[in-house]
Amino acid sequence: MKIAVASGKGGTGKTTVATNLAKVASQAGKSVAYLDCDVEEPNGHIFLKPEIADSKPVGNLIPKVDQTKCTNCGQCGQICQYSAIVCVGKKVLVYPELCHACGGCVLVCPSGAITETMREMGKLETGQAGEIQFVHGLLNVGEVMSPPLIKAVKSAAPEVDLILIDSPPGTSCPVIESVRDSDFIVLVTEPTPFGLNDLKLAFDMTNALELPFGVVINRADVGDTETVSYCRDHNIKILAEIPDDRKIAEAYSRGVLACEAIPKYEALFSKLLEDIQGCEI
Amino acid sequence: MKELVVISGKGGTGKTSIVAAFAALAQNQAVLADCDVDAADLHLVLEPNIVKQEDFSGGSRAKINPELCIACGKCQEVCRFDAILKYSAEQWMGSDAGAACNDCSFCVRSCPSKANAAINEMMESSGDIHKQIFEVDPIACEGCGVCNWFCPADAIEFSPAVNGQWFLSDTRFGPMVHAKLGVAEENSGKLVSLVRREAKKVAETRRLDTILVDGSPGIGCPVVASITGADLVLIVTEPTLSGLHDLRRVADLTKFFGIETLVCINKWDINPDVTAEIERQAAEHSLVVAGRVRYDRAVTEAQVKKQTVLEYQNTGCSEDIVQLWNEVQKIAWPDEKP
Repeated sequence: MKIAVASGKGGTGKTTVATNLAKVASQAGKSVAYLDCDVEEPNGHIFLKPEIADSKPVGNLIPKVDQTKCTNCGQCGQICQYSAIVCVGKKVLVYPELCHACGGCVLVCPSGAITETMREMGKLETGQAGEIQFVHGLLNVGEVMSPPLIKAVKSAAPEVDLILIDSPPGTSCPVIESVRDSDFIVLVTEPTPFGLNDLKLAFDMTNALELPFGVVINRADVGDTETVSYCRDHNIKILAEIPDDRKIAEAYSRGVLACEAIPKYEALFSKLLEDIQGCEI
Repeated sequence: MKELVVISGKGGTGKTSIVAAFAALAQNQAVLADCDVDAADLHLVLEPNIVKQEDFSGGSRAKINPELCIACGKCQEVCRFDAILKYSAEQWMGSDAGAACNDCSFCVRSCPSKANAAINEMMESSGDIHKQIFEVDPIACEGCGVCNWFCPADAIEFSPAVNGQWFLSDTRFGPMVHAKLGVAEENSGKLVSLVRREAKKVAETRRLDTILVDGSPGIGCPVVASITGADLVLIVTEPTLSGLHDLRRVADLTKFFGIETLVCINKWDINPDVTAEIERQAAEHSLVVAGRVRYDRAVTEAQVKKQTVLEYQNTGCSEDIVQLWNEVQKIAWPDEKP
């Protein structure tokens, strides 16, 4: 089963939920993989403390122009929707950071002047955190496009009983890439106006993807009761409520898993895992 | 005119609450720009009155016209994003379920999945269930247009997609430009650039000397779009190992673009040891720590009441935020303000 943990708003507790679920599942004897798809700001390693066994560069294909073969026909510049390849006078300029690697310029070039070359955009690291198989991506600073690296993280997933995907915050392309082929999405929120507003955006996203989902309310006793009412009114399943416990915040600040630091949360996350698996259709 | 962008690396550290409080302190001398177009929240506190609204198109999207499609499969062959879906009733008919099919068409009527709808379409349009039908998956489509270029039947419509809306509004603290990216849409960076451009226009026409930008978490596309060319960045972090880790990466990003950067440690008293460590590392990297803001439940209470924390109370963390704002101003306008 593949479970993605996502949220519209940042800082609601995605990593807390994903890492603790990975831990309790592995303790229950399941083979588990944890994939950190928040390649811009990955934090899972802080809590799972994996031993990284392999680190390799991940790249995107960008065009390389052989100016001696170029006939200045200008078609590469015309097909490119991203202004990543531009014909200026008798020269063809390539702007690698704008390239989406669609390959259009290569296909359209009548003189075979364009080939593709790999350009590094980040790193893919794999390793072992106890019994948990660990994968994360690290986007190079200054890079703008994370989806190709997220794709690489997901394709590095080993064959296991349970895959946990830690998604980046938001609802746009990096999030879609992270969650799209999951069996179930856990949306983590906090019961505040900001949390609820962003949760509604996340509902729209999961509905657009036609994926089953449930909600975990973190710091459940702060804010107001609007989130609970909203979920009730819209028949959205609340899978768990995690209290606003200073002990969790302290453990988090030191990079310690709640289920290890505070015994009662092991039970909470084990039950959450059971409930999610119960939702599987 | 100075443009101050508030970002954080890690999400949920308090960017929006601090920007809203700054808006209250700027005394109608600032234009507000919410560049977290993916999950915008500033409007929940500032309750803008929308005076202008426009669609945003960041690119085009492909759509196959089934009337013209000759089912040659060229589009699928050239698409690198697996965005061309092929439905074949023949494949389905060959399966066990297909063999048992007695044409009741219940599946077509009741199932929301597109595969069955496509079977229906094939039966209706040509009566030929052996025909293949091609369709663009709008979520996977990156708008590269390569399918359109190579389609021999001219069956692909490739036109600008509406990816979201942007708004110009009035708030009790001055004008605000904000936006909403559509569900599962791309091009957040282009929308961020548009919001900043419009905010700048407003600042020029109304002669306001500050643009306050609420950014998004991360270090990718929308963040880069929100900081390039800005005068000053304030990174709001929190004293957790995650906060520190993410601060380092986002500070590398502002350094990469050569933008003057300040740091604020929000909820600093949650873990004073990590706060001290952040301050130590900031000094090492010549980052200025412009202030500490204490943890205060009033921040959430104010949010519930649709107020900035400064309107809600003038003690506690509000004192810290006033001090932080004064410090930021001193650095943004070293010569002008007392």
